[in-house]
Amino acid sequence: MAESKSDILQGTLDLMVLKTLDAMGPLHGYGIARRIEQLSEEALLVNQGTIYLCLVRLVQKGLIKAEWGTSENNRKAKFYSISRFGRKQLIAETGNWERVSGVIGKLLQLRARG
Amino acid sequence: MTRLKQMVARMRALFQTSGLDRDFDAELESHVTMLAEDHIRRGMAREEAERAARLELGGLTQIREAHREARGIPFIDTLRQDLRYTFRTLRRDAGFTTFAILIVGLGIGASSTIFSVVNALLIRPLPFKDPVRLVWIANSGKEGDLSGQTVPVGPFLDLRDQAQSLSDVAAYYAFYGVGDKKLTGEGEPERLTGVPVSQGLFPLLGVHPQLGRIFTAEECKLNSPVALLSAGLWKRRFQSDPAIAGRKLTMNDRSYTVIGVMPSAFDFGSVFAPGSRIDLFLPLPLTQEVNRRGNTLSVIGRLRPGATVKQAQAELSVLSEPIRVRHNRDELHFKVGLLDEHVSGRLRPALLVLAFAVGVVMLIVCANLSNLQLARAAARQKEMAIRVALGAGRGRLIRQMLTESVVLSCCGAALGVILGVTGTRVLAHLDAIAIPLRESVHFDMSALGFTLLMAVLTGVIFGLAPALQVPASAVHDSLKDANRGSIEGRRHSWIRSTLVVSEIAFACVLLLGAGLLIRSFLRVLDVNLGFRPERAAALRIDPGSQYSTREKRNAYFDEALRSVSSIPGIEAAGLTDVLPLGHNRSWSAGAKDQSYSREHPPPDVFVRIVSDGYLKAMGIPLRAGRDLTERDNASSKPVILINETLARALWPGRDPIGQTVTYVDRDREVAGVVEDVRHLALERGSGCEMYLPIRQTDDYSSVDLVLRTTLPPGGLASAVRSALQPLDPNLAGNEFRTLQQLVDKAVSPRRFVVLLLSGFAAFALILASLGIYGIISYSVNRRTQEIGIRMALGASAGNVQSRIILQTLGLAAMGMLIGVAASWILTGALSGLLFGVTSTDPVTFLGMLVVLTAVAVLAGYFPARRASRIDPMAALRSN
Repeated sequence: MAESKSDILQGTLDLMVLKTLDAMGPLHGYGIARRIEQLSEEALLVNQGTIYLCLVRLVQKGLIKAEWGTSENNRKAKFYSISRFGRKQLIAETGNWERVSGVIGKLLQLRARG
Repeated sequence: MTRLKQMVARMRALFQTSGLDRDFDAELESHVTMLAEDHIRRGMAREEAERAARLELGGLTQIREAHREARGIPFIDTLRQDLRYTFRTLRRDAGFTTFAILIVGLGIGASSTIFSVVNALLIRPLPFKDPVRLVWIANSGKEGDLSGQTVPVGPFLDLRDQAQSLSDVAAYYAFYGVGDKKLTGEGEPERLTGVPVSQGLFPLLGVHPQLGRIFTAEECKLNSPVALLSAGLWKRRFQSDPAIAGRKLTMNDRSYTVIGVMPSAFDFGSVFAPGSRIDLFLPLPLTQEVNRRGNTLSVIGRLRPGATVKQAQAELSVLSEPIRVRHNRDELHFKVGLLDEHVSGRLRPALLVLAFAVGVVMLIVCANLSNLQLARAAARQKEMAIRVALGAGRGRLIRQMLTESVVLSCCGAALGVILGVTGTRVLAHLDAIAIPLRESVHFDMSALGFTLLMAVLTGVIFGLAPALQVPASAVHDSLKDANRGSIEGRRHSWIRSTLVVSEIAFACVLLLGAGLLIRSFLRVLDVNLGFRPERAAALRIDPGSQYSTREKRNAYFDEALRSVSSIPGIEAAGLTDVLPLGHNRSWSAGAKDQSYSREHPPPDVFVRIVSDGYLKAMGIPLRAGRDLTERDNASSKPVILINETLARALWPGRDPIGQTVTYVDRDREVAGVVEDVRHLALERGSGCEMYLPIRQTDDYSSVDLVLRTTLPPGGLASAVRSALQPLDPNLAGNEFRTLQQLVDKAVSPRRFVVLLLSGFAAFALILASLGIYGIISYSVNRRTQEIGIRMALGASAGNVQSRIILQTLGLAAMGMLIGVAASWILTGALSGLLFGVTSTDPVTFLGMLVVLTAVAVLAGYFPARRASRIDPMAALRSN
C-alpha cells in the first residue's frame, strides 16, 4: 500500500506532518490527520490510516518522537512531537520546496501566457 | 545517516513484531474512538459512528498489514511468515518430509564428499610454496618403470647448472627402500622408510621444519648420519618430544643424529608416493658413487617467473643432447610437466566421472522430489484456492512453494553436511586406498559453501515445477473439486511422466557407467597375475651389517630359509629384492649373440634378484628349463631365469635355454623360462623380466622372504618370527604382509571408483523405481472410477493389471531409449578407465536393460495389483 504511493506524494505528506507538528506542538495521529484534512479541505488524505505509515517512517528516521499521553477528552493516545533534527530537516525541506514550487509556478505561468 | 538510522530501526522492528503490533493496535483503537466521538458529537448513532470511523481509517486489517510493511523489511517479514507456514505444513506431512530430507541428505552428502576429494586433488593447489610453478622433470621411459623415469646424478647436476628456464632444481632418491631403515635400541624394533633428499629440495618446495633445521650443504655432500623426522613419526614414536633435536637414533646399526622435525602439513608420502608412509628424510649426496648407480633421481624444478612449461620443455630438449653425449646415456630425454599434473593427473578422468555421476544423482533426486511435490500440490489445490480467494497473490503462493522446497533441501543439506564430514574423515583414514593427497581430503569451508549452494539450487530446481503449477485463476474449479480428469489434471500428469522418464534415463546412464566399471574391475581381478597371491606372505629380513661379505650373507640366507621351511604349514620359502606391484627397476640387457646399436637398442628388462624356492613360494610357473637351486651360488656358473616375453624378444622362434644374456658387462646363461608376472600393475603387461640368483650378486638393497603356506598366512606370523629370532633378534614387527594385501592395494583406486559409482547407481535405481511406483499409483488413484467402469463392463482383473504394467513399461522403455542414446555418447569418456571391455559393451547394455525393466515391472506391479482388486461397485459409487 505504502509502496504504491508515488514518492512525491509521500515526501509531501512527510513535509506536511512535520510542519503541522512544528506549528501546533505535540499532537496524536488523529489530530494530525484532522488538521491536514481541514487545511487541504479534505482533498489530500484518502484514508486516515495512511498518516500512520508516514508517522512510523518519520519516527524511524528520527525526525519526530512519539510518546503515550492523555488527550484533551481524557483518552489515552500516542503523541508525536518534532525533534531537533526534524526541525533542521524541516527548514531545509521548506527551502527546497519553495525553490521547486517557485520554479514550477514560473514555468506554469510561462505556459499560460504562451 | 538518516538511512542508516532507518535501516537499524527497521531491523529492530523485525524482532519486536508482537510488541509493536500491540502498540499500534492501541493507537488505532484510540484513533477510532476519537473519530467516532467526533461523529457522535455531530449527531451520528454510536454504532454507525464506529463503523464510519473504521471505514475512514481504511480497514483495520489492511492498515495493520501496511504498517507492518512500512516499519519492517517486507521481504524478511514475508519470509518469516512463509517459513512458519512451511514448518507447520511439513510437520503435518512427516512421512514426506522425512523421505525428502533423507534423499536430499544422501545426495548432498555424496556430492559434498566427492567435491572434497575433487577439491583436494584437482582444485586446491599442492601444499607447497607457489605450487603452480613447480614442475616434475622425468626421463621419458615407460610409465611404471622407475628406472626409465629417473635421472642419474651427473645429468641432474648439468641440468641444475645449465637450465635457464628453471630457477631451481632439486631431487630425491627414487629408489629409497620402503622399510629400509631399521630402528633399534629403544622400544620395539621398527622398520622405517627414509627418503634421501638433495639439499635444495625443502627450500625449493618452500617447506620449513617445525623444529630444528634442514640439512646443510656440507652434510649432504658428506652423507652425514643426520636425519629429519616426519611429523607422524615424531608424534607416534617420540610422543612429540620437543627436545628431540640432537638426539641419537640407531638405524641399521648406524647412529644418526636427529636435526629436526618436518611440519605435519608436509606429507611427502601422500604427494609423491601415495599409499606409503614416509618416516624420515636423509641427506642425499650428489656424488660420483651415486652417479654410478644410474637412473636414480626423481627431479623437481621451479620455473623461473614468466617461464612456461612449454619453454622449459623446449630448453631441456635442446640441453638433453650434449648431456646425453657427455654422460654417454642414450636413453636420456627430459620430459617436463606440472608437478600438479604428475601427482593427480592420472586420477583426473576417474574423478571427473565421479563428479558427473554425483551431478546426475542430484538431478534424479530433484526429479523425484519434484514429482512428490507435484502430487502434494495436487492434493493441496483446495488449500491454494482458498488462499487465492482470501487475497494471496499468485507470486506470493509461488514464493511459498519455493520456500517450502528450499527449506526441505536445506534440512537435507544439514544431514548432507554430517554425511560429508563423516565421509571425508573415513576416506582420509582409509590407508588401504592408494590415491595421492588422500590424507588432505577434508570437509573445509569451500565444501560447506558448495553444500549450501547445492542446497539452494536443489530446492529451487525441484520446487520450480510444482510452484508453477499454482493455480492462476481456476479458483472456482478447485473449490468445487471438479477438476478430476480436466485439462489441468492431464497437463499435470504429463509433467509427472516426463519427470519419471528423465529419472529412468539418468538412472540408465549411471547403471551403464557403473556396469562397465564393474565389469572392468572383475576383468582386472580375473587377470592372470603370473603369480598366486592367495596363501602367500612376505616379510622383510634384510641381512644386518654384521653380514659383511657375500659368503656370510649367503649363509644367513641358507639359515633363514632352512629355519622357516621347517615350520609346519609352510609349503615353500624364497627370497626376493622386490615384491610385485611395488617399485621396479630396469637394466638394458641383450642376447650375447646379437649386436645392438642406437637404432636397435637392447630391451629394457626389469630386474629381480631372487633365491631358489622363490618361484614356488610366489606360485610363478616354470615354462622351460630348470628352477634356481641352492647350488647356484658365488662359486658356480652365472645363470639367469627369464620370462616368456624376454625369451621371445631375444630369441624369437628359438630355444632360449642355454643361450647367454648380457647386461652391463656381465654374461649369464639362461637356465629357465618362467611365466610373465604383472609386476607394474594388474592392468599392464609385464614387459621383459629377468631373475638373477641372489647368491651370485650384491646388487640388491633389501630382501623380502616370501612364504607359501597351507593355512591362511596371518596365523603363521608369530611362528615365523620366533623361527627367525635366533638369526636376527631385532626383527621388526611391522612387516608381515600377505601378497593379497599388495594386490588389494594395487587395485584400491579402481575399487574406490567402482564402489562409489555402484553406490550412486544403486541409489539412482532406487529413486527411479520409487518415481515409477509413485506415478503409477497416482494414476491408478486418479482413475479408480475409470477402472471401475472397465471392470463393470467386463474387463478381468488380469486385464486391468496387464494394462497398468504395460503403461509402466512404456514409461521405462522411453526412459531407457533416451538413456541408452545418451550413454552411447557419454560412455566414450569412460574408455580410459575401462579394462577388457569396450565402452559399448553389449553385455553391459543388455544387463542394464534387463535390470531396469525388471525394476520397472516390480514398481508397476504393486499399484497394478491394487487396481485389479478395485471393487467396481464401490469405485462407481465413490467420487
